[in-house]
Amino acid sequence: MSANPVAATMNPFTREGREFGVVFVIMLVLIGAAPFVAYPFFVMQALCFALFACAFNLLIGYVGLLSFGHAMFLGSASYVCAHAAKVWGLDPELAILTGVACSGLLGLVAGVLSIRSQGIYFAMITVALSQMIYFFCVEAPFTHGEDGIQGVPQGRAFGLIDLSRPAALYVFTAAIFLFGFLAVYRAVNSPFGEILKAIRENEPRAISLGYRVARYKLAAFVLSAALAGLAGATKAIVVQNASLTDVGFAMSGEVVLMTLLGGMGTLYGPVVGALVVVSMQNYLAQFGQWVTVIQGAVFVACVLTFRRGVVGEIGKALKWSI
Amino acid sequence: MFLGHAITAQQLYGQLLVGLINGSFYALLSLGLAVIFGMLNIVNFAHGALYMVGAFVAYFLLHGLGLNYWWALIGSPLIVGALGALIERTLLYRLRGLDPLYGLLLTFGLALVIQRLFQNYFGASGLPYDIPPGLSGPPRNLGFMYLPNYRAWVIVFSAAVCFSTWFLIEKTKLGAYLRAATENPTLVRAFGVNVPRMITLTYGFGVALAALAGVLAAPINQVRPGMGADIIAVVFAVVVIGGMGSILGSIVTGFVLGMVEGLTKVFYPEASNTVIFVIMAIVLLIKPAGLFGRVA
Repeated sequence: MSANPVAATMNPFTREGREFGVVFVIMLVLIGAAPFVAYPFFVMQALCFALFACAFNLLIGYVGLLSFGHAMFLGSASYVCAHAAKVWGLDPELAILTGVACSGLLGLVAGVLSIRSQGIYFAMITVALSQMIYFFCVEAPFTHGEDGIQGVPQGRAFGLIDLSRPAALYVFTAAIFLFGFLAVYRAVNSPFGEILKAIRENEPRAISLGYRVARYKLAAFVLSAALAGLAGATKAIVVQNASLTDVGFAMSGEVVLMTLLGGMGTLYGPVVGALVVVSMQNYLAQFGQWVTVIQGAVFVACVLTFRRGVVGEIGKALKWSI
Repeated sequence: MFLGHAITAQQLYGQLLVGLINGSFYALLSLGLAVIFGMLNIVNFAHGALYMVGAFVAYFLLHGLGLNYWWALIGSPLIVGALGALIERTLLYRLRGLDPLYGLLLTFGLALVIQRLFQNYFGASGLPYDIPPGLSGPPRNLGFMYLPNYRAWVIVFSAAVCFSTWFLIEKTKLGAYLRAATENPTLVRAFGVNVPRMITLTYGFGVALAALAGVLAAPINQVRPGMGADIIAVVFAVVVIGGMGSILGSIVTGFVLGMVEGLTKVFYPEASNTVIFVIMAIVLLIKPAGLFGRVA
């Protein structure tokens, strides 16, 4: 056990570092094997949602802020990226960066407005703000209303790699997911992350220790928004469209469900949760309209009996910090 | 943009009336949320869904049992209130002592289930509900505008319900118990008041208000599974603007914001969907606790 908790989780020679590493290797193997077992298009979508859930988890799991409007970041970045790739003809990586910049900026504005409030209040404000963005997307001409932006070109990443080849697109998406995942991991296991956790546990004490709590929260909010945007923008390139679904309220609820189901405040929980929820939608598609009812019921069941989530329970059983 | 087209007085009063009607729904719904929040310390995300159920119960009462609007006005809040009490007894009470966010998550899940079930059975389109016979006569001429009887009734009745609720909570002995139990449940229990039952009834009462709003809305907006989901975000914004925990604040804000929305429809229709959210953003910048809220 190292004296410094930050160094401990980042160091492969400590117990925490090894536990994280083992699961990380398993995840890498699974990502590598998945396209041979499942439909690659489905796996890529799942990876985008997993990144989205990781971004969301950064707020709820490590700062204790429940954002009920995270679809506004996913959706706006998705629209901007699709527009940049299709209308401006940008390369996919630049289009994605444009989307990320946009969602980060939106995160800054939304964060300034909401961060001073806490708990339930914060959740309600994010609901309202995201509803405002939704209405904006319905009305704004560049989003093409109900039709969305269709036929987004996948183009050549860095001018070289042709993303219309499924294998290239898969590697590209997986790389972006891993980048985002490790960014969250790095942020959480840094001095910055420790301060976030301190704020979550006892905000007045963090203030009394001299931390400018609002700034840390805002930084986490913007980071989370930008990463959610990264997920949305990548998704626009993968599925080649951007639509109102991505910015709608149901999407905000879905990411909450993914994170809750997988385990809030665990590193791998959101990934597992996203996989479960996306699989549910995919494989329960035969039940059609009942999928949402099932999702709602799972939500209720999770809150009542399963608040640690899948990964949280496994971690507790194994006494692993994953 | 603002004065591009001539605005007739008729249009202006007409939209103000629509705004006032919507304002009465906002007021009833945010009042219910405030009552529930005060006692249970949770935000009832299922509020919109139960508002919708209220309207559907009115529809079933009419078409299933032949009970007219006036029966629905009593029956629907009672039935939905009982359903609310059941939800509190069986589900919400398990979350006591936990972070209030779990209450929000649970009621969100409930809202998903309820709304989707109705959508699966009744489709997305609306079912018509006639204006009750006593109020369907020709619009009253007020000199400057025509006022349909039913709309006048909605405004007067919901204002009366709102202010009676305010009176009940702020001025009566029962309300005093309620407020005391909010401050210090343990102490109130020591005086022999059954606080858990009070909590259950409060939740039932809060949802009954939502159901009442649903019945009032049925003849105007039709009975539609999506009606609750459409309104809940606006109601949240209204609550944020007014400030949580202020009964009078939530009533006044509801009515005023409804009218502001109506006025926006006249002067700048493109913004009518977003104006309440913009106001919320401005209020948050100036007074983060809301207009009537105490400092959090």
